[in-house]
Parts: sequence; C-alpha cells; structure tokens
Amino acid sequence: MAEHHITPVRTYLIIFGALMVGTVLTVLAAEVDLGILNNFVAMAIAVTKAMLVLVFFMHLRYSTRMTVLTAAAGFFWLALMIGMIGMDYMSRNSHLLPVAGK
Amino acid sequence: MASTPLVDRHEHGHGHRHPAHQFETMEQQKESSTLGMWLFLVTEIMFFGGLFTAYVIYRNMYPDAFAVASSSLNVPLGAFNTAVLIGSSLTMALAIWAAQVNRRGLIVLFLGLTMLLGLTFLGVKAIEYHDKFVEHHVPGPTFNFEPEHIKPQALREIESRDPQFQKHTEIFFSLYFIMTGIHATHMIIGILILGVLAVFAKRGKFDPEYFNPLEMTGLYWHFVDIVWIFLFPLLYLLGAHLHR
Repeated sequence: MAEHHITPVRTYLIIFGALMVGTVLTVLAAEVDLGILNNFVAMAIAVTKAMLVLVFFMHLRYSTRMTVLTAAAGFFWLALMIGMIGMDYMSRNSHLLPVAGK
Repeated sequence: MASTPLVDRHEHGHGHRHPAHQFETMEQQKESSTLGMWLFLVTEIMFFGGLFTAYVIYRNMYPDAFAVASSSLNVPLGAFNTAVLIGSSLTMALAIWAAQVNRRGLIVLFLGLTMLLGLTFLGVKAIEYHDKFVEHHVPGPTFNFEPEHIKPQALREIESRDPQFQKHTEIFFSLYFIMTGIHATHMIIGILILGVLAVFAKRGKFDPEYFNPLEMTGLYWHFVDIVWIFLFPLLYLLGAHLHR
C-alpha cells in the first residue's frame, strides 16, 4: 500500500547536487583563515547537508509526527550532551583550560 | 517473514499483500518498522555522539596540536570519499524509488551501485590508513609525529607553547582512527546487508506494496552518511588553512 508519496528522481538528483555544492563549499571555506568563524561555517554547512539527507533521502518529509519527533529528540539529546559537557569543562579550574597560548 | 504474498484466504486482486499477523494494515506495519529503525538510529546518535563529544572537548583543549595533526590528513581523498558516500546515498534512495515504481531490475542495479560506492569508500580509507601507518601516525609505541609540511619555525613556536605537543597530536590520531574505524565498520555491515537485499530483490521479494527492508536499510545507510558529513570537516578540514 503505497500511501507514501513517490519522490521523483529529479528531486533526488537536485538534492544530490546541493550536497555536492555543500561539499565543495566546505572545502573552499576551510582554506580561508576566518579565525573562529571557520568552525561556524563548517558546522552550518554540515548541518544543512544533514538536514537535506534527513528530510529528503530519509523521507522525514513524509514520515509520521511520531517518527519526526523521535529523530528530533535524538539530535536534541546530542546538543544537550555536547552543550552541557562543554559548559562543565569551561567552568573548571584554569589548569584544565586550553593550554596553547590562550 | 514480515509479509506474505497473495494467500488463499482473500479473494482480492493480484499482488495484494498481507501484513504480519500482529498488524492490521500494511501501512501500520511500515510505520512500526520505521519507528523501530529510528529508535535504533537514536542509539547510534548516542554511540557516535559520545565520540564527537570527546573530540570537541580535546580539540578545545589543544587547538594547535589538533589543527597541525589534522593538516597531515589527505583532504582531496577525504573530499572524494565524501562525494562517493553522498553518491551512494543517492543510489540507495533510487533503489527504493525503483521498488515503488515496480522496476525489479533497477532495484538490483541501484543496490549494486550503492555497494560498489561503499566499497570504493572503504578502499580509499584503506589507502589512507596505510599512509598513516607508513608516516608513523598510528597511536601507540610507533607513534612519531613529524609534520614536514609545517615550517620548522612555526612548529617550534607551537611546541614551546604546548610542551606536550606530541601527546596531544596522538590524541587527535586516536580519535581519528576510532571514529573513522567505527564508521567503516558500520559501512561494512551495511554493505553486507545490501548484498543480502540485492539477492532478495533479484528473487522478486519486493514490490510497490512491500519494500520495508529496503527502506529501513536505506535509513541506516543515510545515517552512516550523515556521520561522515560531520566527520569530514571536523577531522580533515581543521587545519586546512595552515597549508598557506
């Protein structure tokens, strides 16, 4: 019973193209020294690429709300873990803070 | 088996599938599978997430060591592999499309292409691991990091600020090998499963009404691709601007 939309091949090809462009962009952006911005740019591009894969290739676009919530919960959990652990380290004594000339 | 083809009990038309006995409709069966696979993927987020967290912490503690260590990785090969994996996600999605439009031959073709691209990825990784081995960048007793591409002055300056430079670059490579190694293990498992599915597809097990195993394997495969989408910039591109 194919109640699901059948994503047309053209859509898949367009998303593939976008992912390729993102890959090229991320390599080019990394070669320019933007200081602290390098991190943000790289992660912004990576998150965008991941969203394209999640929504289109993994069909989250056509999934039930329960499924979408489950996927979102997983990534939200990850954000919490990295965020909270990061805050923990950042608030520790100075001998554990970054070593190299900072 | 999750679904049986036309059985005696119904008088419906050709190709009408029945869900497994605990489900009422094929749709319900499919949604159940999908939710189950996503729950597994959430555990995979936890699995890889722990490693990514470790990476984030150590990178913030030793930014110079990590940048220099990262710059010794082969960016063109890494970028090529990224393209290969994204391509394999495309062929995986197309395999499912083929099932939806009832093109049996195309299912097998696209599954085969996905496997081929996956194997290409692993082949490139093998080359990269070999390079690392030869350069003595494998953590352990043989580890010796001597980056030839960094000017000796700059290196001395970094080492004076970070006396434990060697140790810190070794941490980077530990994370590199564990993260890409576990990622590669996931790929191997995926390729094996794809092989089994290709055989099933050839035997006509899938049709527009039932192709759950394809879709679920697709979710797994795309997830492994997403992990690499993050691994590549974090591991390979960290020190890319240092080459100037």
